[in-house]
Amino acid sequence: MTKVTAMDQQVLVEDVWKSFDRGRIEVLKGVTLNVPKGEIVALCGTSGCGKSTLLNVISGLEEVDRGNVRVSGYDVVNESTRIDLLRHHIGYVFQFHHLMPDLTLAENCLVPLIATGGHRADGLARLHELATATGVEHRLGQRVRELSGGERQRGALVRSLMNDPELLLCDEPTGALDEKTREKVFDLLLDLVRSRGRTLVLATHDPELAARCDRTVKMRDGRIEGEAN
Amino acid sequence: MSLWRMILTNLRRHRVRTAIGATGIALGVATMLSVVGLLGGAVKMFERILRSDSEMVVFEKNVSDLFFSNVEVGVADELEQQPFVKEAQPVLFTIITAPDRPVVTCFGIRASDGRLKKGEWLQGSAADFHDDGEGVVLGERAADFLKAAAGGTIGLGQGTYPVAGVVRMENGFENGGVFMPLLTCQKAFHKEGVCSVITVALADGHESSEVKDWMGKTHERLTALENEEFSRSYSQFKIMKTTAWVVGGCAFLLGGLSVTNTMILSVFSRIKEIAIARVCGFSRGQVARMIFGESLLVSAIGTVAGWGLSSGGLYVLSRIPQLQGYVEPRIGWQEVAGAMTLAVLTALAGAMYPAWYAANLKPAEALRFE
Repeated sequence: MTKVTAMDQQVLVEDVWKSFDRGRIEVLKGVTLNVPKGEIVALCGTSGCGKSTLLNVISGLEEVDRGNVRVSGYDVVNESTRIDLLRHHIGYVFQFHHLMPDLTLAENCLVPLIATGGHRADGLARLHELATATGVEHRLGQRVRELSGGERQRGALVRSLMNDPELLLCDEPTGALDEKTREKVFDLLLDLVRSRGRTLVLATHDPELAARCDRTVKMRDGRIEGEAN
Repeated sequence: MSLWRMILTNLRRHRVRTAIGATGIALGVATMLSVVGLLGGAVKMFERILRSDSEMVVFEKNVSDLFFSNVEVGVADELEQQPFVKEAQPVLFTIITAPDRPVVTCFGIRASDGRLKKGEWLQGSAADFHDDGEGVVLGERAADFLKAAAGGTIGLGQGTYPVAGVVRMENGFENGGVFMPLLTCQKAFHKEGVCSVITVALADGHESSEVKDWMGKTHERLTALENEEFSRSYSQFKIMKTTAWVVGGCAFLLGGLSVTNTMILSVFSRIKEIAIARVCGFSRGQVARMIFGESLLVSAIGTVAGWGLSSGGLYVLSRIPQLQGYVEPRIGWQEVAGAMTLAVLTALAGAMYPAWYAANLKPAEALRFE
């Protein structure tokens, strides 16, 4: 077994505590999690166990009460680091696509480029590559409201990968889809991540999907209960 | 895809809301330009009455209004004796009533005053206006609303006067007024021997300071100012101009509230979108710029619409005969620049709170928002 060093870690979460409502609701209670580069990890557990909050803490969308979070070698400590991580190192897919309904799918996918000020030609090339890989190339000119649920979620996946992030965080990415579409989108997600050697941390309460990941981390009541490979 | 494209899309998809915000600004711009234009036009018209062929104006010191100024006509005769004066013309400004018209501006002038010669005589001629006669000359609009013509008579105040002619004047006040021989006007208003102002044309090669020095030595009760000086210092003009900008500013405040309301609604209705933009790497500054950009665009649309609205409204007003020719709107670049500056400031001020709110949204919380 290869020894994993700190440099090889994509995500380092050390004794993280997070509460809401002025400490009355404790959601994360001393969570520690390490995710090496290239690993696909599923966070499992019932609703309210802290999966989504842990993803938000990793991405910097939530500040921790205590503990340390390190992503791609950066300490997630301040606003500029969080912005830099979200622009260049982290892609995020939610249960709902959260695409802007009056923009076309292409325009939605190019939103991250506005944030980074990226080169338009490079962005368009990448958009077409990802859209082809996800099978929505022919739908790029359509407005979001004209797309099916699966197409929207694939669009959200394309958007999250536009800036070629090293780490993809997915919060129940197939939770709003029917069974058939869910399988397709999940296959696509795993293919994209594996083929590009990216790291994926995925929150799901679907054991079948979790079983297809490299590692499953079980959460319960704000704590990590156990792991399975 | 650019930030401006996003801004345009955001405004386009909420057309009614955008229209309401732009209408608030448009009404502010229209009110400001209309009030400033109307009053500015009135001031300019009044200035032109005083400036007729002259560089200076003499009037009584410390009067609140030229209608209350009393200057002995003899001063005009004295001035004309001075080598530095080419011409000095006494003018008596009064307000008189006419049948169905409570207010008609009346100018008591000498026949030698050049202003009637500049007009286009529609009936009669300049030769029909005599210093020792009682015949009055009506401006074209005055003749129209008083329903009077040369050869007839007109009741003005306590008396009845023959109409010597009708003249089309370029100046709205003059075109809607009555020209009366100075002596007749003094008699009618019990102001024998006095006038309101004396307009002074300088002899070639002489300076206004010579008139001022002479006036200071010989008539301490009076003051002589260059026309520009007079326009800047005359308190009535200052009050009118200040009032116009204050009224316009108040209209803008209301427009600003409309923009604030529009932008708050806009932010609240797309909290999740803003959160997603933050997840995609938008900084707080970029989010704020997006909101300010939307507000500026709404304001720009409103400014153009308001400009058009005020121009159209003032054009219609200037064509209404009942306004007696007193409306001569004047919207110059300064007024437009002032309105645009206020519109930009209003847009920025109106978007301040919504932009702050949007920039400080916590994405994770916002995405949980129902």
